[in-house]
Amino acid sequence: MKQLILGNEAVARGLYEAGCAFVSSYPGTPSTEITEAAAKYPEVYAEWAPNEKVAMEAAFGACLAGRRSFCGMKHVGLNVAADPLFTIAYTGVNAGLVIGVADDPAMHSSQNEQDSRHYARAAKIPMLEPSDSAEALAFTKMAYEISEAFDTPVLLRMCTRISHAQSVVDTAERVEVRKSYQKDIGKYVMMPANARGRHPVVERRTAELIRYAEDSPLDRVEPGRDHTIGILTAGTAYQYVKEVCADTYPVLKLGMVWPLPVEKIRSFAASVDKLVVVEELDGFLESHCRDLGLKCVGKEWFGPIGELSPLAVAARLGKPWSVGPKTQAQIPARPPVMCAGCPHRGLFYTLHKLKLTVLGDIGCYTLGAVPPLAALETCICMGASVSGLHGFSKALEGAADDHTVAVIGDSTFIHSGITGLVNTAYNESKGTLIILDNSITGMTGHQQNPTTGFNLKGDPCAKIDLETLCRAVGIRRVRVVDPYDLRQCEAAVREELAAPEASVIISRRPCALLKYVKHKAPLAVDRDRCVGCKACMKIGCPAISMAAGKARIDTTQCVGCGVCGQLCRAEALKEA
Amino acid sequence: MDTKNVMIVGVGGQGSLLASKLLGKVLLAGGYDVKVSEVHGMSQRGGSVVTYVRFGEKVFSPVIDRGQADLIVSFELLEAARWTEYLKPGGTVIVNTQRIDPMPVITGAAAYPQGLEEAMAAAGVRVDAMDALALAEQAGSAKAVNLVLMGRLSRYFDFPQEAWLQALAQSVPEKFLEMNKKAFVLGAQA
Repeated sequence: MKQLILGNEAVARGLYEAGCAFVSSYPGTPSTEITEAAAKYPEVYAEWAPNEKVAMEAAFGACLAGRRSFCGMKHVGLNVAADPLFTIAYTGVNAGLVIGVADDPAMHSSQNEQDSRHYARAAKIPMLEPSDSAEALAFTKMAYEISEAFDTPVLLRMCTRISHAQSVVDTAERVEVRKSYQKDIGKYVMMPANARGRHPVVERRTAELIRYAEDSPLDRVEPGRDHTIGILTAGTAYQYVKEVCADTYPVLKLGMVWPLPVEKIRSFAASVDKLVVVEELDGFLESHCRDLGLKCVGKEWFGPIGELSPLAVAARLGKPWSVGPKTQAQIPARPPVMCAGCPHRGLFYTLHKLKLTVLGDIGCYTLGAVPPLAALETCICMGASVSGLHGFSKALEGAADDHTVAVIGDSTFIHSGITGLVNTAYNESKGTLIILDNSITGMTGHQQNPTTGFNLKGDPCAKIDLETLCRAVGIRRVRVVDPYDLRQCEAAVREELAAPEASVIISRRPCALLKYVKHKAPLAVDRDRCVGCKACMKIGCPAISMAAGKARIDTTQCVGCGVCGQLCRAEALKEA
Repeated sequence: MDTKNVMIVGVGGQGSLLASKLLGKVLLAGGYDVKVSEVHGMSQRGGSVVTYVRFGEKVFSPVIDRGQADLIVSFELLEAARWTEYLKPGGTVIVNTQRIDPMPVITGAAAYPQGLEEAMAAAGVRVDAMDALALAEQAGSAKAVNLVLMGRLSRYFDFPQEAWLQALAQSVPEKFLEMNKKAFVLGAQA
């Protein structure tokens, strides 16, 4: 049956059809929907792991046990999981193991735009890259065939425009695969003597995969009428090339982007006057061509930054293109903001008011850096706020401890914050960590995590008690505040900063977008009382604006959190 | 046929994903190759959002570039003006005249431009403006702006209304179906 589905949903369908039985992932845009969609198939066990390293190790365990398995993550998640990746490259697999990684060129929702293809080369494992949903489904199934035929984990590289684009797929039935586990110490125990034996196996495997690539339909030549140019491309870039050039120029379209064929590329290059490499982000395919001694044009035309586009390809390939009309109006930007009723807002108002130095982390609360609050000063990677605060404190010998805090979300704390807090307690720094516990993984679209008490399928499960956990690692001062209560927040932050030891404040209130959260009625402005002082505007709530010198509340957005009302000395903001 | 291009633009949280899902289903049932490109993640938090819907015999690029759009459906006035460069010559903007202030306007760092409908028309854009919020409220929920606009969009296609309503039934939970249908029909009649 023909269906219109996201690239990510197509990967999940591929997992189902390939007989994948185990999926463990950590959510991350643009990869999240692979695992959410996989969880909807009853035959596929799927879970959210605390982080990508745990997910990959669990998926390896499942493949070792004899079932096809998968783990999914965003590009930066692969950094976290790089440790197991480089060694399971040596052990190989039992049943097939596929690792989905989704890159985010242009950083729609990411902190860098690293190119995951480098991991395939560095870890010496094959990587497939689909260019639409139909290929996402087909390549996922082929990845399992390659994984088992060549005894290797296989990377499946997605990109935002493939992950989050719906296109048409045809579906098929599921095929079950079961293998038995065989003890094999030489293959699976990577102590030095055994690992030395496995490395040559890896190198031989790469050579075999290159031979496979020479004949594989994954890497195909599409004929063109004009041989003055030949285009080497893959993934999203392939679609832009076809959009602009249709069948004007011959195209070598790669489905496997590592390892790369040698003879196929050489003979393609020889069949055209000029070889043009069209790829997003780094000049990965281009470097390979240069290693082969081939002359080509690539990054000097297209650059390594951001997303490609049909227009960028057209401009370089000499295709005429005109853009549409532009108005004379000055159009203000519309950056993302914390939602109306967001529990992070009250806490960040407090940090802003106290003029604290705030080390931040990865999540919706990174928006605490945006004006008017502008109360968050760093954002590096998952967990970096907690460990960074420790270093900040030690470097200044405690001199900044009375005005420096770290903030981290509940899911991010579980992912990579706990070890930082262990370091704080063990090596005795005195900072204050604020855990922004909104009872969900928010930014990626509401995924459960070990602090919520529910698993991926929505069933009740064990729930981490954050207070007990913080005490168990050696933090004695642990307290909970309600971020809707500004007075309580300010008192708690002042007290903990003044305390002579490390502390944790848990700012606890569920995300305002959660379906189960009951909201109060929207507030109303008493226009007789409002003096137009704009005190309520300091919190950057999208539901509040000024109209004719008075505050105005957008009742379609306001959820009655009451934070603005606590700032109004005229008592003009009240429940309607 | 050449590939046709429709952009759905608005403010994160206004329901553009459901709108594009609905349009995608109708086009697929109509026998076209279809691609629908969305953005998830941070920009959904009240930021400017755009969804690309492309259909024809064979669609390649998942995104629409400047100068390619036949139609832009905008859930908000300022967002319509932001994207006009993406229109083909003679392209149309269906725009909800609702105004939602972006944060730089709320904080006073920027002004919400006046006379946007006229400015778009002066630039050669065909402007099809409507108060979709009022019709959504009439249908029972301010959140149904997306369905009102999809109703209006349906007038630019030859598909029978039944095809749209059938796709809608597959796209929304049962308990919201009647309200959403009402919003769609009000938009189609307006």
